Amino acid sequence: MEVSKEYAVQMHGITKLFGTFRALDNVNLDVKKGSIHAILGENGAGKSTLMNVLYGLYQADAGEIYLNGEKVVIKNPNVAIEHGIGMVHQHFMLVDNFTVTQNIILGTEVTSRFGVLDMKKAREEILNIVKKYGLEVDPDAKIEDISVGMQQRVEILKALYRGAEILILDEPTAVLTPQEIEELISIMHSLIEDGKTIIIITHKLKEIKASSDVCTIIRRGQYIDTVPVADVDEEELATKMVGHAVKLVVDKTPAKPGDVVFEIDHLTVKDDRGLEAVKDLSLKVRKGEIVGIAGVDGNGQKELVEAITCLTRSESGTIKINGTEIQNTTPRNVIEHKVSTIHEDRQRRGLVLPFTVAENMVIEKYRTPEFKRHGMQNREKAQEYTKKLIQDYDIRPAGCENQPVRGLSGGNQQKVIIAREVSNDPDLLIAVQPTRGLDVGAIEYVHKTLVRERDAGKAILLISLELDEVMNVSDTIDVIYDGTIVAEYKQGEVDENTIGLLMAGGKQNENAVQNT
Amino acid sequence: MLSKFLLLIGITLMYSTPLVFGALGGVISERSGVVNIGIEGMMTMGAFTAAAVSYYTGNPWIGLLAAGGAGVAIALLHAIASVTFKADQNVSGIAINLIGPGFALFFCRLLFKNATTTPPVQTLPKLFGNNAFNGTPVENLNVDITVILGLIVTAIMWFYLYKTKWGLRIRSVGEHPAAADTLGINVSRTRFLCVLASGMLAGFGGASMTLAIISQFNPTAISGQGFIALAAVIFGKWTPFGAYGACLLFGLAQALTVVLGGSDSGINVPSQILAMLPYVLTIIVLILFVGRSVAPKEDGIPYEKGVR
Repeated sequence: MEVSKEYAVQMHGITKLFGTFRALDNVNLDVKKGSIHAILGENGAGKSTLMNVLYGLYQADAGEIYLNGEKVVIKNPNVAIEHGIGMVHQHFMLVDNFTVTQNIILGTEVTSRFGVLDMKKAREEILNIVKKYGLEVDPDAKIEDISVGMQQRVEILKALYRGAEILILDEPTAVLTPQEIEELISIMHSLIEDGKTIIIITHKLKEIKASSDVCTIIRRGQYIDTVPVADVDEEELATKMVGHAVKLVVDKTPAKPGDVVFEIDHLTVKDDRGLEAVKDLSLKVRKGEIVGIAGVDGNGQKELVEAITCLTRSESGTIKINGTEIQNTTPRNVIEHKVSTIHEDRQRRGLVLPFTVAENMVIEKYRTPEFKRHGMQNREKAQEYTKKLIQDYDIRPAGCENQPVRGLSGGNQQKVIIAREVSNDPDLLIAVQPTRGLDVGAIEYVHKTLVRERDAGKAILLISLELDEVMNVSDTIDVIYDGTIVAEYKQGEVDENTIGLLMAGGKQNENAVQNT
Repeated sequence: MLSKFLLLIGITLMYSTPLVFGALGGVISERSGVVNIGIEGMMTMGAFTAAAVSYYTGNPWIGLLAAGGAGVAIALLHAIASVTFKADQNVSGIAINLIGPGFALFFCRLLFKNATTTPPVQTLPKLFGNNAFNGTPVENLNVDITVILGLIVTAIMWFYLYKTKWGLRIRSVGEHPAAADTLGINVSRTRFLCVLASGMLAGFGGASMTLAIISQFNPTAISGQGFIALAAVIFGKWTPFGAYGACLLFGLAQALTVVLGGSDSGINVPSQILAMLPYVLTIIVLILFVGRSVAPKEDGIPYEKGVR
């Protein structure tokens, strides 16, 4: 495409190598001034890399960048900021114990003589921008005390404060509730009205439809297509993103729940700071049923899982599996009572990264007679066992049983965990964020496995921050807020807005529901 | 009684001063995200350099500056290892603690006819002149000039860290270097300079021992003061005035050793037990406060670009 002043950003023929790996291969991007331009791709497709090149965090190995028709070289973020580019990172770049104002001015401080900070003036300047774009935020609050949605506004303010004309938003909706997403989209529109240009990186199709004008699709570092969003539907976008047709809706028959297998009764758990994170929480999971817990991060999900798996103490209440109380015992005891857990953080909790795939596979079973010989480990047996699971669960690369699990891709690491936990033949399978960081294809696989295990009569407890996931996969949807279950619905009996409102602490009554 | 009380205050201030400089060195380094357990070694280097330079020049002020310089020189090793090459900061710090006393003793033997101590050297003046108030109880409050310097440097560091843009940047680098990096702040340079500043302050700390308190260098001049200073950093929650207060407490423990140890004190405690007091107090403080006071979030973690 020709270089023109009409375009705020043009990146032509961008190639970026990490060692011999081509993260970006001859990628083009042309963003019209005053538009919202989405970049769509799976995890690892190169979206963030492309934007990091534009923001000067990486240097491209080939290709040119033009801003408003002029060729530029962006050596570092300072140069990007000078050119009016602002970036809101997926993982917020905020100092937790600084105030909003301190975070915003950091690096471009307002000072009187001798570098002394002029906080009063800084505060006024920030309040001006806050008013102009309706970005409600308290300039004196500490970051650690404000909500995630609020923190994101601080990030946007940071960019605007530096005079950004082009805003890059990297996966901005990943951590927001549906209501916060709506607010974000309206903020984006008010920025566009003021003549700003926005580039939004995402793999969520629905939000592209809701917010963007144009969409560029990248797959495995390759440029695929640029399309006007109004002309395509979600299925088409997904097909372009993945490279083959995908099912966005989970295929399943209605549940046939049996007896109660798992029961939590009035459970209270404290967090590391000694505050009650789970408060008087009760729930039940039946055989052949998937119970999903929806909620915003930090509402007690982490502590709930840790209490069930005995990684932390329960203050009061009971946790029963098949009628046996397991609270405040040991993780081994929990596993022996046929509870299997797919932990949220596969690299920290789920796997021992330097260990081989086979070692990780038997890590809960190595002491059983099956994997022992004369009191020593039976490595051949473990490898044999692992080989079978690698085949059954299509873990790639094939024949990886003696490779360190660290070398596998995120999706395959997750498959190792799923294979290990499911093959325990548990009565209760707990899946915490089982699709975190996975691409569409792998997500489809994980969801299918959960449904298959349900149909095999297992009780499944799904805890996820992805509301879509909970809504699609679960038979029963529980909403957790402030450490307790605030509402329970059957699948299909409730819409996303209602759940979203409850997740944000809205009261469950007729008025609140009507207001959404 | 009044005289005794003022003596206690005077000695507390005297003994706390080397700790104050050492602790301030710890604060500036750790606030930028680099753990500096090498304070002990840096202080020992400073203590020897101060004494040697003061001896040869006859001017303790030049000795003080040279001690700062020696601290910077040895801190350079720590900075290069832990910031430039992102080595483990504790290992590098331990190396400094081994090198510092080694160097000091080596040069001491080299320069002073194989002796492990320097001859007595010219010391820094007292606050109101060396003989002011002689014979009155107030004499005890005519403290070394380093005591006042320590207080002034504490105030300056507080102002610098909390009221200037550079302070804001240093703190951001210690808390969230990736955030600072994306805003164009040079993380490595900031940390490098803070480690050097840390060395300079530790050097001053060593100097305020040999140029004000014991007026010569000997191998036990520092003996653990650097580690006590690190405990003061933690106890003082990584703030300049917090650390200052903690140093006063440790100084008091040492002063009690002296005051109660006197033959006329009327309390019959073996001096060996009293001498343990500062170290026992350090252990108690660490048991009670480590883990409870919150360190800068990225303290001790080398910053690698692009790793989240």
